[in-house]
Order: sequence, then C-alpha cells, then structure tokens
Amino acid sequence: MTTDAWFAGVAPGDVDAAAERIREGAADAPDDWPARAVEAGFAADEEEYYAALREATVEAARTAAAERERADDRQLVHAVRAMDDAERTANELAERLSEWAGTLYPDAGAGVPYARDLAEGEPDGPVEERVVSLARRVADLADERDDLRAFIERRAPEVAPNLSEMAGPVLAARLISLAGGLDALAKKPSGTVQVLGAEDALFAHLAGRAPSPKHGVIFTHEYVRGTRPEDRGSAARAFAGKLTIAARVDRYGGEFRPEIHEELRERMEAIRARADAAGSDRDVSRGDGEGDNGRGNGDTGRGDGDADHGECDADAGERR
Amino acid sequence: MSPALPEGVERREFDGRERLATRGPPVYGEPTEGGWRVWDAGRSKLGAMLELGMDADLSGGDAVLYLGAASGTTVSHVADFCGPTYAVEFAPRPVRDLVGVAEDRGNLFPLLKDARRPETYAHVVESGLDAVVQDVATRGQARVATRNARFLREGGRLLAAIKARSEDVTADPEDVFDAVTAELSEAYEILETERLEPFHDDHLGVVARVR
Repeated sequence: MTTDAWFAGVAPGDVDAAAERIREGAADAPDDWPARAVEAGFAADEEEYYAALREATVEAARTAAAERERADDRQLVHAVRAMDDAERTANELAERLSEWAGTLYPDAGAGVPYARDLAEGEPDGPVEERVVSLARRVADLADERDDLRAFIERRAPEVAPNLSEMAGPVLAARLISLAGGLDALAKKPSGTVQVLGAEDALFAHLAGRAPSPKHGVIFTHEYVRGTRPEDRGSAARAFAGKLTIAARVDRYGGEFRPEIHEELRERMEAIRARADAAGSDRDVSRGDGEGDNGRGNGDTGRGDGDADHGECDADAGERR
Repeated sequence: MSPALPEGVERREFDGRERLATRGPPVYGEPTEGGWRVWDAGRSKLGAMLELGMDADLSGGDAVLYLGAASGTTVSHVADFCGPTYAVEFAPRPVRDLVGVAEDRGNLFPLLKDARRPETYAHVVESGLDAVVQDVATRGQARVATRNARFLREGGRLLAAIKARSEDVTADPEDVFDAVTAELSEAYEILETERLEPFHDDHLGVVARVR
C-alpha cells in the first residue's frame, strides 16, 4: 500500500520529514516504490526518485547512527575502555621508566608512585631531562585514569541506577562495555552475564578442554571474591541473576528498585552462612589467584539450566 | 572455465598480480589504477565468491539489497557495477563510515536497520530486486535470508556468505552448513555452495534462487 511508503505524506524536497519517515516507518511488504512515487507525483521520474531517496537515506542513517553513538551508555563504554587503556599504558611506561631510572639513581623505585616522585624533580642534563619528562607523562596518564574513574562513578548511576548500586559504578560500566551496550546487556541471559569477561575460559570449556568458568569480570566484586571458593559458583550465579534483572529494570523501566537489592543481600547471607554451618572459618576475604577463570572443583554452576552458553556472542568484538 | 564476471567487474593487473577490480571512487586505501580499484577477496566475502569462480550471475545495473553492509567495503564495489543498491547495517559505528561511502555514490542507499526485521525497511526498499547479498554475523542466518526473500523478483538470487561460528562456535562447520542450507532450501533453490578458504575461514558461499 502506497500509504506505507516512506514518501507518503512527505512534500518533495523536505529531507528532514523524509528522513524521519525512513527511520520510523514500516511496511509488511515492499512494493515497486519508484513507480508508486512517480504515480503519486512525489517524483517526476525514476532518476528524480532515486536522488530524493539517496538524500533521505543518507540523512536518516547519519542522524540515527549519531544519536545511538551519542547515547549515554555508549559514552560510558568508551570511558571505561579509555580508563583501562590509560591505566595499562601508565603502568607500562612506569616500568620502562624505572628500568631507565635504575641506571641513573641507585635508589630508584618502581611503579606509578615512583614516577610521580620523579616528576617533581628538577632534571640536570639532557638524559635526566628525558627521564623526568617521561615521568611527567606517566603521572599525567595516571591522573587521566583517575579522572575517567571519577567520571564513570558519577555517570554510571545516572545511566543504570540499579546496576550501579548492585555492582558498583565501575563494574556496571564494565558489564555494559563487555555486552556492547545496556540494551545488549539487558537481553543477555544471566548465565552469560555470569561469565562475561571470561570468554577464553568459556570457549576452552565449550571446546571440551576445560571445566566451565564460574565467573567472569563479576569476580572483582566482593560478593564473589569475598565468598569462600567452594561457594563462589553459587555466589556468582546468584549475583549474575540479580545483575541481569537490574540491567533489565534500568533498560526498560529506569526507576530505582530497592527490593531487588535487598533480595540479593539476603541470598548472599544465606550462601555465606554455609561456611559457618560447615564450621570452616578460614579466611575467605582474599582471592586465591584464580583470576577470572575459576577452576575450583566446587559448584561450577552446571546443570542449573541457567547457563545459555550459546548466547555468549563470539562476534561481539568483531561487529563493532 | 570459470563463469564470466559481472559486467563492470574485471581482472586487472596490479603490481604484477591479476586481481578483481571495479570502477569507482576509492574507499579504504585500496590500490587504484586508471579509475579501477582493487576488490580484495581477503576483505570481502562476495569478492572471495567471485575470485573462487562461483557463478554469482549478477549483471551490471542489477538492483541489490545488501544485508550486513558494515563499513561499506564490499557494498562500495557492488554499487560500482550494480544499479540501486540498498545497504542495511545494524551497528551505528560502521554506519558512520557507510554514510561516507554513500556520499560518493548516487546509487547507494544506507539504512541503519536490523536485517532480522525486514518490515522496518520494506517501506523504503523496493520489491522485484535482482539479488540479495547477505553477510551477517548473527545467529539465524538462514532465517534472515528467508525473511528477506520478499524483496526478490521471480528468479532473483541470494548470494550469501554463511559464517559457521555465528551459529555455533563449537560445532563442526560442515554440520552447521548442512543445517543452514537445509533451512535455506525452504525458501530458495540452492544452486551452488563453496567454502571460502583460503580467503575466509569457516565460511560457506551460497548461491541460490528464490522459489
């Protein structure tokens, strides 16, 4: 039906209105639109039709892409990736710096704090000039990382209030980044959220070479890391389940929902109570070096039907 | 004897090597000579299909719907030798580049749309197209092709590059290809299939005709 056409009700030459129709319109079936447009008097001939179509599609694609790229969750993704890059680069340069400084000063230290000390100094001679200058770059990069973190801590709660409350702003931003956006995160099953960031371990598992990972980047959270190893799988599963709900509330609702946070707290207490019940009172406050690839023999989260591995998109990085 | 290349696509010599080329404004820093620019089979699945001698049966001036246009590398070549070329891409970042490619070409129409939902662009893309070219890295590639069959004329072609890893990262690619081609057969008559190695790993090139 011609009333479905992108040019229906659009005055010839009104590019903005045409672009709007291209972005928002829909039709069940296509039609011979060039012929319909000529019949309707929208264009004098096919050539004129295609010229108008091109102008409108270019405008629609440009504005729609810009709007989606500018969206707040996309900005958060860039910020958290930039923060990680700044940190990695600062550490790398600090290492190089301490190698170099070691040849000049017997008491040379290491890391970013030492770079900050050096940056304060007054260089003497061309070699020291380079070393001190490098130290200043390291200090600047570390400052930038801190500023980016502050930005994320301020912005994440606005973009995803429930997710940020539950995971903390930085982990919330990381989850959004790994999923490829808040929308994408909200569509993921909780089994996928549980292992986001542990893709290498997950694919090793799917290929039959390793046990299933219990947790991905959510390991950095106290709820997972602070739980004793044999209960970490349960903790990660419960945590991921509520994070998934939080992401969906943030994506589709937006209001703060205190009850989901309370439910998670209760569930975590129950899981941690197992340690007391077992009388095992050892120190669980530190990770045991598993990194993001849990290999314990405890609860691997298998057989609970919530781990939809197939949904973990191997192409996530490639499409963007 | 491999089938003839579509009109507007030629094998030409660049730095002593015969390579596919089309005529048009350069897009991604590809080698050019006398208005011809190299169509790199290693960067383009449709390019690989032609390079491997598959009979795409495209003619110069054909009207084409391209699904999964990404930054417009391949679709720029398609637009060089085809007629109206509708380019659908779902991710905003590559669409930024695709728009740049479209600005240099009068017959290329970029659409920021989801190829799994053709009803969101059926009000723009015309019916009776000669070919659908598909290169989407998503699960359900056969379903995408089937849903978009509505745009083809009688006897219109599907030229698809099926990516095994998008369907199932752990399954044997051959099993994935069997399942995908079986599902495709409901809407299309499969004319030719070929693995796209060495240009693209674990991809199957498919030429099919709409039923």
